[in-house]
Amino acid sequence: MNVRSTLVPARLKLGDQARVASVGLRSRPLRAALSGLGIAIGTAAIVAVLGLSASSQAGLLAEIDRLGTNLLTVTNGQSFTGQTAQLPLAAPARISRINAVEQVAHAGTVGGANVYRSPLIPAIQTNALQVKAASLNLPRVVATTVAQGRWLNTATATQPVTVLGAAAAQRLGIDRVYPGERVWLGGQWFYVAGILSPAVLAPEVDTSALVGYPAAQRYLNHISIVKGRPAAGPPTTVYVRSQTSQVGAVRSVLAQTADPEAPNEVDVSQPSDALSARAAANGAFNGLFLGLGAVALLVGAVGVANIMIISVLERRSEIGLRRALGATRDQIRTQFLSEAIMLAFVGGAVGVAAGALATGVYASTKHWAVVIPATAWAGGVAAAVATGAIAGLLPALRAARLSPTEALRTV
Amino acid sequence: MTTSQATPTIPAASTGQAGPRDDGSGPPVLALDAVTKTYGEQPPVPALRGVSLTVRRSELLAIVGPSGSGKTTLLHVMGTLERPSSGTVLIDGVDVAALDDRQLAALRARSIGFVFQQFFLAEHATALENVADGLLYVGAEVGERRRRAAEALARVGLAHRSAFRPSTMSGGERQRVAIARALVGRPAIVLADEPTGNLDSTAGGSIIELLDELNAGGATIVVITHDRDLASRLPRQVHVRDGHIVADNGPAGGAQALAGREGDGRS
Repeated sequence: MNVRSTLVPARLKLGDQARVASVGLRSRPLRAALSGLGIAIGTAAIVAVLGLSASSQAGLLAEIDRLGTNLLTVTNGQSFTGQTAQLPLAAPARISRINAVEQVAHAGTVGGANVYRSPLIPAIQTNALQVKAASLNLPRVVATTVAQGRWLNTATATQPVTVLGAAAAQRLGIDRVYPGERVWLGGQWFYVAGILSPAVLAPEVDTSALVGYPAAQRYLNHISIVKGRPAAGPPTTVYVRSQTSQVGAVRSVLAQTADPEAPNEVDVSQPSDALSARAAANGAFNGLFLGLGAVALLVGAVGVANIMIISVLERRSEIGLRRALGATRDQIRTQFLSEAIMLAFVGGAVGVAAGALATGVYASTKHWAVVIPATAWAGGVAAAVATGAIAGLLPALRAARLSPTEALRTV
Repeated sequence: MTTSQATPTIPAASTGQAGPRDDGSGPPVLALDAVTKTYGEQPPVPALRGVSLTVRRSELLAIVGPSGSGKTTLLHVMGTLERPSSGTVLIDGVDVAALDDRQLAALRARSIGFVFQQFFLAEHATALENVADGLLYVGAEVGERRRRAAEALARVGLAHRSAFRPSTMSGGERQRVAIARALVGRPAIVLADEPTGNLDSTAGGSIIELLDELNAGGATIVVITHDRDLASRLPRQVHVRDGHIVADNGPAGGAQALAGREGDGRS
């Protein structure tokens, strides 16, 4: 009786377990690599999708951060009768007297004026560009910079000189600024002083040729009548930087301040809202791509199951030998199951690395911060391991079911 | 936990390595009594029809028979790879019928060594690792496994080849590695199934010499073969035909087996 009670199969230590489980991988590395590849591709897809969407979101949030969320724009809306309303000439000055407002810039669309590369261009080909009179602090307030040349100054603002928005320069075919360069603007030559970088928060600036208010008044007839005398103006858009903590409060009084007589004819908006919405909408296609990753993982699982079944058939004699050496059915099952899991784990780890690399490369070309969420890599590895476990279960059960004599019978 | 239980239960006496050859006068390490084995249902195919056989400590015997005589089934039953249809099998004093599958595995790990015609060596592992794997399911630590494997390789004369892979070795060397693997756990009994079947006569002869030496060192070895010449070089031959033992020149088993046959009413 005591002999029987001492007959307990020895349990393999973890190291031995791993060594035994890796026999198949070590003896046939190419086959293992190829069957692990399916798992790797699936995992890489999952990690890359999650990583890229997180990185692009981080990129957008960083951009929002850089541009600031404290910019408010005031534009002329529509009057009660449906006509385009006009902002009062004094609106910028009034707005700048609001307590929490830090900076105010403004621009006025010059009606009837268009910009062309030369007078030979048919008038109808406006390139959807506008001509705007701009206050001199406009680039700073809308957080853009001068890409080439110079911004307007008090002198050039009175002369036929223009600075092109980024899109306007592109559409006119102007990629650099040289002395004497001109465009046909409002029926006369205007010299090009500079080109702006894209203004993300004020896209309407991008598609404009900007001139100074005095120049617009003198050369383009952009005139308001104030107390019977002509003055430069009017503005159509006022750009307002307020204290970040006071944005809501400022926003609520802007319309009243801009046009006390008809506050309902003024539109107030916060351009960074659009970016935030874009950031939020960024994950919209994640589901689709994750689904594709899951399909790849499934195909990988079929590959692993296939390889494991073949492996069990081929390694019958090894199974028989191990049983003869004293391995229990459980140990054989564990061996093949952990082989499949190990294979999938290695595939998953490679996939996570590949997905992270892809994310890193793509994000760095876009100048985004590389963000790979923990759910992406942990989830990727977990999905791979689970896949391996499921794929390896049936082959492992088959291996364990083989009787030792069946396994030892030579084919 | 299992390590501490399994290892000390290998009784020093049962290894049989220490004592000189005693020509079967010790206690039996293997006892079969009226063992039958029948395969299939419709129609039943009897492979063993009442085999009684006793193998004493430090014996070296051949089980000889033509193919289809039931000798491979006999090996499987003796090695606990298969259970008999009836009759009792005692290995190292333990009745196999009373053991479950896991206990049988533990019994094989502890008490039985196998040598196969096809060697069954792992090609990607060195000779030493192959031999050390013989102790894997005993629960020995890896260091101890390698140390004892080196000893076993030295005993089969392959100490200088321990770092070689089986694919770089001759057939005779491979079989020596397989024998070392069977011996490394110092089992009560070694079962060798056609150990020279895949070897030329020179290599086969040297394997038989090796088995003889190991037996002289105390190991209990059963060689299953169809080769009468080879069998005649061993001290005891048990002839099997159609699932019966037809001749046994052994000191202990012969009388029993023949008595059993006469009891059957066959001759």
